[in-house]
Amino acid sequence: MSDFRAMLAGFPNFNASESFFPNINLQDGLNWAEEFIQNVVLPRLPEAVASHFPVELGTVLVMFGCAGIFVAVVPLLPLVLVLAERKVAARFQNRTGPMRVGPWGVLQTLADGVKLLFKEDFIPPQGDKFLFLLAPYVIFACSFAVFAAIPFGQNILVSDFNIGIFYIMAISSVIVMGVIMAGWSSNSKWSLLGSLRSAAQIVSYEIPLGLSILTVVMLVESLSMSEIVASQSNGVFSWLIFRTPFTFIAFFIFFISGIAEVNRTPFDLPEAESEIVAGFHTEYSGMRFALFFIAEYANMFAVSAIAVTLFLGGWEGALPGYDIIGGLPGFVIKTLALVFLMMWLRWTLPRLRVDQLMNLCWKYFIPIAFFNILGTGIWGLIFPEDTLVSTGISCAIIYIGLIAAYKMAGRTFAERPAPQPS
Amino acid sequence: MKPEEIYEVLTQQFSEAVLNFDTELAGDPSIHIAPSAIADVCQYLAETEALAFDSLMCLSGLDLNANDEEFAVVYHIYSMRHRHSAVIKAMVPKTNPHLPSVSHIWKTADWHEREAYDLYGILFEGHNDLRRILLPDDWEGYPLRKDYKEPEFYRGMRVPY
Amino acid sequence: METTQQTESKIIELKPFADEMVVNMGPQHPSTHGVLRLELKLDGEVVREAIPHIGYLHRCFEKHSENLSYPQIIPFTDRMDYIAAMNQNWGFCLAVEKLLETDESRNFEVPERAEYLRVLICELNRIASHLLSFGTYGMDLGAFTPFLYAFRDRERLLLLFEKVCGARLTYNYVRIGGVSEIIPLEPGSITEQNYLDEVEAFLDYFEPKIDEYNELLTKNSIFTERTTEVAVMSADMALSYGATGPNLRGSGVDWDLRRDEPYSIYDRFDFDVPVAVDVPELGAVVGDCWCRYKIRMDEMKESVRIVRQILAEGLPDGPVMADLKAVRPPKGEIYFRSEAPRGELGFYIVSDGTPKPVRVKGRSPCFSALSVMQELSRGLMVADIIAIIGSIDIVMGEVDR
Repeated sequence: MSDFRAMLAGFPNFNASESFFPNINLQDGLNWAEEFIQNVVLPRLPEAVASHFPVELGTVLVMFGCAGIFVAVVPLLPLVLVLAERKVAARFQNRTGPMRVGPWGVLQTLADGVKLLFKEDFIPPQGDKFLFLLAPYVIFACSFAVFAAIPFGQNILVSDFNIGIFYIMAISSVIVMGVIMAGWSSNSKWSLLGSLRSAAQIVSYEIPLGLSILTVVMLVESLSMSEIVASQSNGVFSWLIFRTPFTFIAFFIFFISGIAEVNRTPFDLPEAESEIVAGFHTEYSGMRFALFFIAEYANMFAVSAIAVTLFLGGWEGALPGYDIIGGLPGFVIKTLALVFLMMWLRWTLPRLRVDQLMNLCWKYFIPIAFFNILGTGIWGLIFPEDTLVSTGISCAIIYIGLIAAYKMAGRTFAERPAPQPS
Repeated sequence: MKPEEIYEVLTQQFSEAVLNFDTELAGDPSIHIAPSAIADVCQYLAETEALAFDSLMCLSGLDLNANDEEFAVVYHIYSMRHRHSAVIKAMVPKTNPHLPSVSHIWKTADWHEREAYDLYGILFEGHNDLRRILLPDDWEGYPLRKDYKEPEFYRGMRVPY
Repeated sequence: METTQQTESKIIELKPFADEMVVNMGPQHPSTHGVLRLELKLDGEVVREAIPHIGYLHRCFEKHSENLSYPQIIPFTDRMDYIAAMNQNWGFCLAVEKLLETDESRNFEVPERAEYLRVLICELNRIASHLLSFGTYGMDLGAFTPFLYAFRDRERLLLLFEKVCGARLTYNYVRIGGVSEIIPLEPGSITEQNYLDEVEAFLDYFEPKIDEYNELLTKNSIFTERTTEVAVMSADMALSYGATGPNLRGSGVDWDLRRDEPYSIYDRFDFDVPVAVDVPELGAVVGDCWCRYKIRMDEMKESVRIVRQILAEGLPDGPVMADLKAVRPPKGEIYFRSEAPRGELGFYIVSDGTPKPVRVKGRSPCFSALSVMQELSRGLMVADIIAIIGSIDIVMGEVDR
């Protein structure tokens, strides 16, 4: 830990007065709530109240308040994403998607949510009732806890851990426990199959995921999310994806493994509706089902957000210093672009089989990820500092590599039939 | 090969098992075989080079009349190699309808025989899994028999309506 | 009535600590294409045995038929393979017509115009059927989008069917001795011309779409991974199990009743019979799921060819119905098979000279093809079971009758 502290100490502080949310110094992550009380609340209170104000209680209250805002705002994300997914899918399939509830169907997910609230909350009589009730909350809580460490913008983050990315990895691994609980307690064979598939899949894909994160951590020399972002502040070519050829590969491994982590096509085996009905949440109904659903979309957003933070500059703009409202819009746009990519894949590709899924992970991704780590280490020895030269060489290698991959794949787009007007 | 020629070949091979060649009726002429010899005849039909009946198109039970003494089992066979077909019939008594299975010769007979068993109650000896196939396992009677009377109730549900 | 011990229902023992898990896939399951029930014996994800149980959609077609006159049976054949009901109508009518033709005193003949209309409509119906098979196969393997593309195109076909017979699914269009005239296409009239123009417009639209679908799904590398070298059915196995139609051709047997035993007027048209071959660049071997699927994609093109030839010739003039006072075939029996989209559809009809048949047996291609399931699925994975069911393309209405 002392190493991290030393690292943190050496890092230049943000200029708090220039940031969008000025009064909180997020560098000292543990005390920000207390500081908020001390610097913002107390001076505004009458003298008599302020002198007797219990700072500790205030700190807790502020934390609860933040959590309240967080819990209220973040679930709106899936609400939007579900609608977006349906609209995107509809456009892919020559349909219009939901159009009836509200203008252009924008209130459809809300209506669905209300419907789900009123549905019967069915609990399988032979199942393990306690685990059955608990499982959705485990998944829901974990997938939202991940958001605590994601920097949405400059100083727009709940808590700036010095081990942010490690925390995210740890918390998102707990989701698999919820999945197994759901599968086991449902007393349904389809659920059990789905949950075991899910467990195998998530545990396997954590490895290439973690290894590709490691390349980033090696370059930044920090696990803190805000520091990872800060190291990419010099425009698009300082983004970690372009920094070395190895991080470029690592980004794709991370993103594909991320898709597998959140169980989306082509890796949606745990809930493959044509094979095992609905996988681990087969027996869930009503609001508990909605929790799974919300968690799934929240995960999707979280994975994209992490990918953006690690590889695509986080909230930093494409040009240095060019970020409005603390970089929040830029961050959201980049994340939604990745989310759209996930949707695009989902509505285009079929599903892999379970052995092919494992082959892809263990035979291809993990060796490549190890190779990446080695490569990143060597790169770090050759170019101890990021310079124009190193970035230039890196971009050149990436460009040549892409051309070579395109030639080797042997597919030319000219072969495609011209799309017909329908 | 024409059906008559096939009949000739069969009479030479299985003299007494081949009963007669029925051309009276309109449509396909059929070769009548004694039920006990059906598996042997079919084996011969399938494996002889000149005949090579490699596919069983259809296997059906048949009950012409409630007053008849016999069911018929009709085999429609075809040879992809020589492109000829034949209709083989075996008459089994209604009191004890049983005859050897041909499911080891043509695998498709497996399910067709189960169907014939299900709907006519014809027992195929040597069939390894002779269960009802279309009707529920606990259904009583064999519905395609002409003297079949549907039960009043099935598991408390009224059947005729 | 005496029963054997075999009729007693099988009781499956619950053995929680055994290393084998028995799972019932179906009769209510998203991708068993109806009400097929598969009793899976699983060792983890690996299927030790998949035992099909059928009969959940049994509607006593054969028993009904014995109590109905011949024309009354035709609507029941609609309900057999409801995806390709035109072909089922036709198969039954062909068998009855064959039996009627044996009665020489009748001098019975199906009019030319009816034959052309039958081929036209039934080939379009074949395209509709294969489109559905393509779409649902994609969906079984997790690709949802092709399903809706297929339905979009099938919708246009259903509108075409609706225009000739007023129904979208259960047509009752092909009748004994011709085709129905409920919505007449009078020879040479503007309605007929409009209709043929619409058919042509559809073909012009649809033909390039097949290539698009091939690009979208057939050559997709995840799709080929899932389907190639899975559940290889050898030619002998296919013959022995009575698999017919695309399933048989997918095993490399060059056999199509339309060409090899031409019925109706199929001998007048020029078309190829697609037969599976190894495709090394995709990894496909003859007899695997991919080949069975590919045959259907290719057959759609051939159907388009046949329909185009009809359009080029134009429909002949004349009546669409033979002068048939009563359908009363002579005493006798007939087995006639025709090439339905799912394989050889045979009807065994026994007549005693009365207006009602003594026995009608529908030899359904799906029934035979499904019996191969148990052997094909041994040792594969759960996901492969879905791939097999989709690739042999069953319709439970026809399996259970």
